[in-house]
Amino acid sequence: MLGQIWKVVTFCEELGGMLILFGRAIVWLARPPFRLREFMTQLDFVGTQSMLLIVLTGSFTGMVSVLQGYNGLHRYGAESMVGATVALALCRELGPVISALMVIGRVGSAMTAELGSMRNTQQIDALASMAVEPIQYLVVPRIVSATIALPLLDLIFCFSGMVGAYVIAVVHLGIDPGMFISGIRYYLVPEDITHGLVKSVAFGLIFSLVACYGGYYATGGARGVGMATTRSVVVSAVVVLISDYLMTAVMFRSS
Amino acid sequence: MIRIEGLHKRYGSQDVLKGVSFNIRKGSVTAVMGLSGSGKSVLMRHIIGLEKPDSGAIVIDGENIVTMKPRDLNRIRRRFGVLFQEGALFDSLSVKENVAFPVREHLNFADSKVLEIVEEKLAKVGMKDHQDKFPAELSGGMRKRVALARALALEPEIVFFDEPTTGLDPITKATIYRLIEETHLESSGTYVVVSHDIEGILNISDDVVMLLKGKIAVQGDPAAILDSSDPAVRQFVTGSSDGPITID
Repeated sequence: MLGQIWKVVTFCEELGGMLILFGRAIVWLARPPFRLREFMTQLDFVGTQSMLLIVLTGSFTGMVSVLQGYNGLHRYGAESMVGATVALALCRELGPVISALMVIGRVGSAMTAELGSMRNTQQIDALASMAVEPIQYLVVPRIVSATIALPLLDLIFCFSGMVGAYVIAVVHLGIDPGMFISGIRYYLVPEDITHGLVKSVAFGLIFSLVACYGGYYATGGARGVGMATTRSVVVSAVVVLISDYLMTAVMFRSS
Repeated sequence: MIRIEGLHKRYGSQDVLKGVSFNIRKGSVTAVMGLSGSGKSVLMRHIIGLEKPDSGAIVIDGENIVTMKPRDLNRIRRRFGVLFQEGALFDSLSVKENVAFPVREHLNFADSKVLEIVEEKLAKVGMKDHQDKFPAELSGGMRKRVALARALALEPEIVFFDEPTTGLDPITKATIYRLIEETHLESSGTYVVVSHDIEGILNISDDVVMLLKGKIAVQGDPAAILDSSDPAVRQFVTGSSDGPITID
């Protein structure tokens, strides 16, 4: 019983800590100097360097979605709906969620490990002692770049997925290309894409905040950094999935 | 001048600093000595403003940094140079970039001027030929020398050294002490050296403060420490395992 209470207390403490870190990041975001160089470095790391992974996973997600969609819809003679079904699934759910999970695995873990290592080797203290605000220098560029990069990666994921889906549908399954495209044009509305992008913005903010918090306050040497990294990946992924449900429930209620 | 007044710090149930008070004279080399775990590094972290005490004041040239806002604290910190125990060099930056970092942050110099300063500081610590290497490629002694160059890059008024010679061989140790002595003579800044290396530290210090279990056991010039009749101080100075200090 005491153990459960302690877990709840720790959870509340960490949640509060993350919110405080977020508040401090907002304050330092608005103050000069603006760390453009750091921001570009992080944007390159989070965005550009994740592109190949996103294209690859997006393509195969689209390809497998077509196979599964066709398998189900073919039974009812509704092959014309395959394109629309895959497009809706990619733009509303699969794109934002899978791209976020991929980036969490690649970038979130690296963010926590890097900041944790800097904390444990006094590099963060060194920054502070040089009158450089560590949150402004380390945390703000990471959060901003992740929040900007993730929606862009989501778009790339969805596009790659649709290309993969089109190839499999037309070449492998023999679906008429016109029928595939017209289904998408008929059923896919701009809100499906914009709502997916809003989700991606939220996911980018959530995972980068969790990752930065885990690393920034990591203690306990190499073992502590390792545990913080594992924890930040698991927590980010779980929070992304929970918030995905909540956002879907609010945004697509009337759809 | 730095004035430390009644500093208290507690972590959980452990009192690490128990009302520490002393002065650091402007332009002096002040050594803070003590056993491992006596609170030396914690004290230094408080003076730099990396931690807040539970009570007490740290007054630097008339300003209490304990109650300062971050922006004002950073104004004071621009006068600091800090050599951390393990160097704390930035892994992702080369030796040259590490030393250039504080210069680029605080002085609006052209790249050529920054490079000139970097080369001068690295030459002083004998690391000019290694400026394109990364910290992971350097030995412990080399990292300390680069960290010293970085700490002195802005020619700070107050320089802190946290265990500058721990884990180094005798020759590298002597080199670090020589560099501290030389740079102090050139800059006439205020140097605060935290160490438990009695032999080396007493040779370069003007004033010595010895901490024992979170309190000041003795303070004065090096001769006063060596001549102290306090049994705990005598035991520490002679490095004996017999005496009032026991390692629990």
